[in-house]
Amino acid sequence: MIAFEEERRVTSTSLENAELVLPTSRDEAVHAFGDGSGVAVLGGGTILMPELSYGRLRPKRVLLLQDAGLSGVARNGGSLTIGAMTTVAELEQGPEPLGTAARNVADHEIRAQATLGGNLCAPAGGATPRGDLQAALIALGAQVKTAGKDGERTEPIEDFLAAPDRRLVLEVEIEEPQRAGYAAAHRPHAHAYTIVAVCAAETSAGLRVGLTGAGPSGVRAHSVEDALAAGASTQEAAQKALDDAQLQDDALASAWYRQRLLPVLVRRALDDLEGGT
Amino acid sequence: MRLTVNGEPRDLHSPPLTSLLTALREELEITSPKAGCHQGGCGACTVLVDGEARRSCLLPLAAVDGAAITTLEGLGTSDNLSSVQAAFDEHYAAQCGFCTSGFIMAATALIDRTPKASREDILTALSGHVCRCTGYIKIVSAVEAAAKGDVHPERVEPSFEPEEAEVLIPGSPA
Ligand SMILES: Cc1cc2nc3c(=O)[nH]c(=O)nc-3n(C[C@H](O)[C@H](O)[C@H](O)COP(=O)(O)OP(=O)(O)OC[C@H]3O[C@@H](n4cnc5c(N)ncnc54)[C@H](O)[C@@H]3O)c2cc1C
Ligand code: FES
Ligand code: FES
Repeated sequence: MIAFEEERRVTSTSLENAELVLPTSRDEAVHAFGDGSGVAVLGGGTILMPELSYGRLRPKRVLLLQDAGLSGVARNGGSLTIGAMTTVAELEQGPEPLGTAARNVADHEIRAQATLGGNLCAPAGGATPRGDLQAALIALGAQVKTAGKDGERTEPIEDFLAAPDRRLVLEVEIEEPQRAGYAAAHRPHAHAYTIVAVCAAETSAGLRVGLTGAGPSGVRAHSVEDALAAGASTQEAAQKALDDAQLQDDALASAWYRQRLLPVLVRRALDDLEGGT
Repeated sequence: MRLTVNGEPRDLHSPPLTSLLTALREELEITSPKAGCHQGGCGACTVLVDGEARRSCLLPLAAVDGAAITTLEGLGTSDNLSSVQAAFDEHYAAQCGFCTSGFIMAATALIDRTPKASREDILTALSGHVCRCTGYIKIVSAVEAAAKGDVHPERVEPSFEPEEAEVLIPGSPA
């Protein structure tokens, strides 16, 4: 993420022509977003602001979501509905493994500004993996509610992450897990960037495993889940994660290193799950 | 857009998507927040927004309309330093000084919110701030001292006021 691009001089001139839209309700936000063409959505802005400041992104319209009433966590029985503008800081005490994943994002100044919606929509970073909450949400079987072309829809997070078309994220629904596990390797830095993280959770829908740093966005480790269901040991099942991963080199680690790291972390996350939370 | 900056109401005319950092430095000429990276990675731009430490480079002006902003200029004066400022002086926690205002603002917010902040709390609160010079140890000691109230502003030497430029290089035009 600390990738210094060619243009380092910050100018504000390119921002003068952008139309700024500040919806004050969810409906206004959905209406202003429309089919999403030509609109840049600003959640917390921790990814988008540098793009605007350095002039790498010159949108015609910028939709500022902060007053759109999309933040907050509502509990309904065993499930939680989390608004897209809920900050990563607010999720730090959330159900595991989401809480741990949130505590591992950047530092507390960034976490207090960064949002869930921005994390879900984080464009694949060239330098480091980002969107670290995605793996936890995959493990928790999250359903993502979005608006855009063809209206509103709710879909599993894996489908949302796979669909390239631009959507406005409204909220995410998760179930409180019976058990959860987490294991990660970080790169020490001013911020502990996550090289690879593995999130596991058991909900009423079964056991799911989500991976960070194993592809351009969060990856669901179906092969691990299937192997466990077929009675494989955690050791054997963990090795299967390589079948689901698309490992990449980046500023934090090589694909070579990740290939060796991933099965170890999957096994640790599964052991953590066995240990109970 | 209107902000309260260091206690004074200020109207701003920069475009609403300008970063708070650029607006503070270039429109209001408040230069303690530094533009180290302008992308969230260094913490040199940290200011207080309604009392909370925030990276001013990541905040568009439109997002802070109406907020109260505090920068280093709003803490103490050279004759009357805030306790965190005095602790930085006493513990020699600044060398080139580029990172210093960001660290002081983050430490000030921490101590306001957690008056008896532990070393662990301090490391966590400052973890996003980069210093190229000090090696951090002196910064952490300074903040620990400030958190314990172990500061002695009276020991701070008065600021250096050069009387007249000396000609250091014989024959130079100066
Ligand atoms: C120093 C630093 C360290 C970081 N470390 C980490 C880390 O460890 N792990 C990690 O995961 N991330 C990290 N990040 C990246 C970032 O802070 C987080 O991913 C954050 O959650 C992004 O949220 P945001 O609201 O700030 O995003 P924004 O900048 O507001 O938006 C990011 C993208 O999502 C889109 N978007 C935002 N909200 C919505 C919505 N509701 N609907 C549709 N699109 C939307 C935007 O248009 C943009 O394309 C770091 C960033 C910095 C600056
Ligand atoms: S200038 Fe804001 S974090 Fe570096
Ligand atoms: S004193 Fe020079 S960067 Fe910290």
